[in-house]
Formats: sequence, structure tokens, C-alpha cells
Amino acid sequence: MIMVQNLHKRFTENTVLRGVNMQIEKGESMVIIGGSGTGKSVLLKCILGLEKPDNGKIFINGQDTTKLDRNLFLSSFGMLFQNAALFDSLTVWKNVAFRLLQGSNKMSEKQAKDIAVEKLRRVGLSPDVAEKYPAELSGGMQKRVGLARAIAANPGIIFFDEPTTGLDPIMSGVINELIREIVVEMGATAMTITHDMSSVRAIADKVIMLHDGLVQWSGVIGDLEKSQNPYLNQFLNGNAEGPIEAVR
Amino acid sequence: MNTFNKLLRSIGASVLDFCSTIGRIVIFACSSISHIFRPPFYGKELFSQFMQIGFYSLPVVGLTALFTGAALALQIYSGGARFSAESVVPSIVAIGMVRELGPVLGGLMVAGRVSSSIAAELGTMRVTEQIDALVTLSTNPMKYLVAPRLLAATIAMPVLVAVGDTIGILGGYLVGTGRLGFNSNNYLKNTVDFMELGDVTSGLAKAAVFGFIIALMGCYHGYNSGRGAQGVGKATINAVVSASVMILAANYILTEAFF
Repeated sequence: MIMVQNLHKRFTENTVLRGVNMQIEKGESMVIIGGSGTGKSVLLKCILGLEKPDNGKIFINGQDTTKLDRNLFLSSFGMLFQNAALFDSLTVWKNVAFRLLQGSNKMSEKQAKDIAVEKLRRVGLSPDVAEKYPAELSGGMQKRVGLARAIAANPGIIFFDEPTTGLDPIMSGVINELIREIVVEMGATAMTITHDMSSVRAIADKVIMLHDGLVQWSGVIGDLEKSQNPYLNQFLNGNAEGPIEAVR
Repeated sequence: MNTFNKLLRSIGASVLDFCSTIGRIVIFACSSISHIFRPPFYGKELFSQFMQIGFYSLPVVGLTALFTGAALALQIYSGGARFSAESVVPSIVAIGMVRELGPVLGGLMVAGRVSSSIAAELGTMRVTEQIDALVTLSTNPMKYLVAPRLLAATIAMPVLVAVGDTIGILGGYLVGTGRLGFNSNNYLKNTVDFMELGDVTSGLAKAAVFGFIIALMGCYHGYNSGRGAQGVGKATINAVVSASVMILAANYILTEAFF
């Protein structure tokens, strides 16, 4: 379970989060939506410990993240980055097995490679890809490799940052489907950041809408279309007119 | 008065900015050094960086040293001839290369090649979230990316400079014997006889410090790179310029220390 309480974050003059509260239950898939610059990525980075909040608390499975052992805390996570963030200098299988080859409990290269190939197969990539370098792959394949890396160590919590950015609609559908299947199969808690509504409908159990650093709406996926919230409706319908000011 | 205030404010802001940058670099350097000595150690990364920084810089350092040694021999001969001191060519070429030109020119050439490469690589990793990815994979980027580069450069530079010194002396020897009419045996004898151990050690100590500076500037600017291609480009320029200036400043300080 992930619980965020009264989270604040500002960068010099720019206040990004103004007191965000949210809770994701174990095994639940939460999607956070909102326009660009509304604080979605900063919220994610705060949860991951990549940014330090100015105020507020974050609890993972009931424990305050500031008091957890950092490596132990991070080892329970998997993360798919917006542009996959694969390491250019490593082959695909070494990218996938990166975590398995680090730390005091590191595996042998043979074991780690076997797991990497299995995870690559799980995301629909053939073992031939394993020895290639990320630059040799298409955007969709890189996303799949990123997904394989995120699930390589069977984490209990997986984060997805804009998983369909830069992909065509068909590949977006494939990635969404894979994410949904894998999260359900692993029984993992998932948090996804996106402004792609097809991802929201495919992945989400619950949805939160962030605007101006605050939660403007939250509810289950079934309530999304029925909501009368003006912010949410403007976002869903893609209207230029409404409470959300479009930056022209 | 208003203009004067603005000028003062602008100077003050620049001074504060400069001081805070120095502070950040010192903190970054201390943190990096501490990671060199604390496990986990990344031996493969260290070896790979040693090859990148040391082995692949050999051609540029070797060629620089060869032509510098050759030109130095001609210059010293030309100057020495004015007071009948042509015979000092072998010893001055050797001492000049080993104490000063080998480490400084080698350092500047490696700064151009390695600082820029490190800054561009780390800057790109920052921009494409690869550094964030390392953190989420329970790997400390300072330990995995910065510490091996610093250690590799600090070890590789003295080796590079030692090779460069030898090639530079060879350049002087080729010009001395082929163009200036020196006897081969006498040239080599004069080269060795007037050289002291302190000349070699001071040059190699300088090289180690320059290696550290080169990697530190590359890592610092790359690690803290701004967004986008422009941010990476700026980080690369800053890395090369700051490494070059710091090498020249450190050279003077170390020369005073070894004087």
C-alpha cells in the first residue's frame, strides 16, 4: 500500500505540489492524470525518493519512507520510465538483468541472463534481442525492454511514467494490454502517470486527477465518465475552454 | 546611483554564484572520493574506464609529445646557439618534457578528449533519465558512474604522461641527431645524466592531479547537466574549459610546491 499525506514541493519560485493526499491499496492499479506541468512526475519522483518533499509524508506498506533502508525500499519497486531510460552501453539482457547483477545477493551471469530472457519473452520479445544494444531497437521494443527490466526482480510495486508516450496507437494498445496483464499476474500494486486516456481505460482500477499541484478528482474507473467535475470533464473532452487555463 | 547599485548587485551576484559553484564542486569531489573507498566496487567499470581514458588517449598524447619534443629541441638549439650552449639541448628537452610539457600538454589534450566525453555521456544519461533509472535499480550513480571514472583517470594519467614523456624525448632525439648533428650516444648520455628522480616524480604527481581534475570536471558538469541538447552541449563546454583552466592553475601551484 502507498499512502501520501499532505505532500508539498516547490522549486525556487514554482510551487508544484500544494498538499497532495492519496492512497493506493495493495494490488490496486492507480492512474494519475492531468495536464503537462501539473506535478504528476514530481509526485512520482517524491515517492521514489528522487526528489525530497518540502513537507508531507509518504508511507509504503505502513512505513515512513524516510525511515526505511534506502536499498531495501528501492528493491521493492520496479519502474518503467517515459522513454524507457535503457543504458546505452549495455546489451538488452544486461539492461533487464541489471538489478539482479548488483548488490550483495547478486546472481551469476548465467542465472541473471536466463531470467532476463524469460522476462523478455514475457513482454513478447524473442531471445535474439537479448544480445542487441538499445539503439538497435524500435521505440516500442525499447518500451518492452523497459517493462521487462521493471518486472525482472518481481517487485511488489511498479511505477509507469507515461508508458505510451511516443508510440503509435497500435503499439500503445499492446503496451497497455501488457501492463494490465503483468500487473494482474504478479498481483502488484501499480501507479501509472499518463495523459493518454486509452491507457487510463485499459490500466486503471482507480483514477486521480491532479491540477495545479492538488488532487482535483479521484474515484474508480467506472465513475470517470459520469463525473460532473468541471476540471475532469474539460480534460476528458479536450476542451480549450473551462477552468483549466490552456497555456497558449 | 541607480546604475552603480545595479552594477554592485550584479558583481555581488556573480561572486556569490562563483562561490556556490566552488562549494558544490568541493562537495561533489569529497562525496566522489568517499565512494572510491567504500564498497560496492565496480571493477569492470573501472577497467572499462581505464581503457577509455588511458589506452584510447595514447595516440593523441603520443603525437602531441612527439611534435612538442621535436620543436623543443629546435627552439633550445636556436636559443642556446646565441651563447654557445647548444650542448644543453638533450638535457633541457628531457627535463622540460618530464617536468612541465609532458604533464601540462598531455593534461590539456586529455582534458579536451576525456572531460568532454565524460560530460556528454553523463549529461545524456541525466537528460534521458538513465541516472534516475540507476537509482531506482538500487545503484548509487556516484559509485557506479563517478567513482570509477575519477579513479581510472587518476591512475591512467601518470601512465599516459610517462609514455608521452618518453615519446617527447624521442622526438627531441630524432631532431637532435637527424637535423642538428648531435652524436646519438652523446645525446642519450646527456639526456640520462642530467635527469633526476625528482624531475620524473614531480611530473607524474602533476599528471595524477590533472587526471583527477579532468574526470572531476567531466563528471560534475555532466552529472549536473541542464535539460535537452543545449544543456548537454553547455555541460561539455564547461567541462573542457574548467578542466583546462584548473590544470593550468594547479600546474603553477604544484610547480611552486616542487620548486
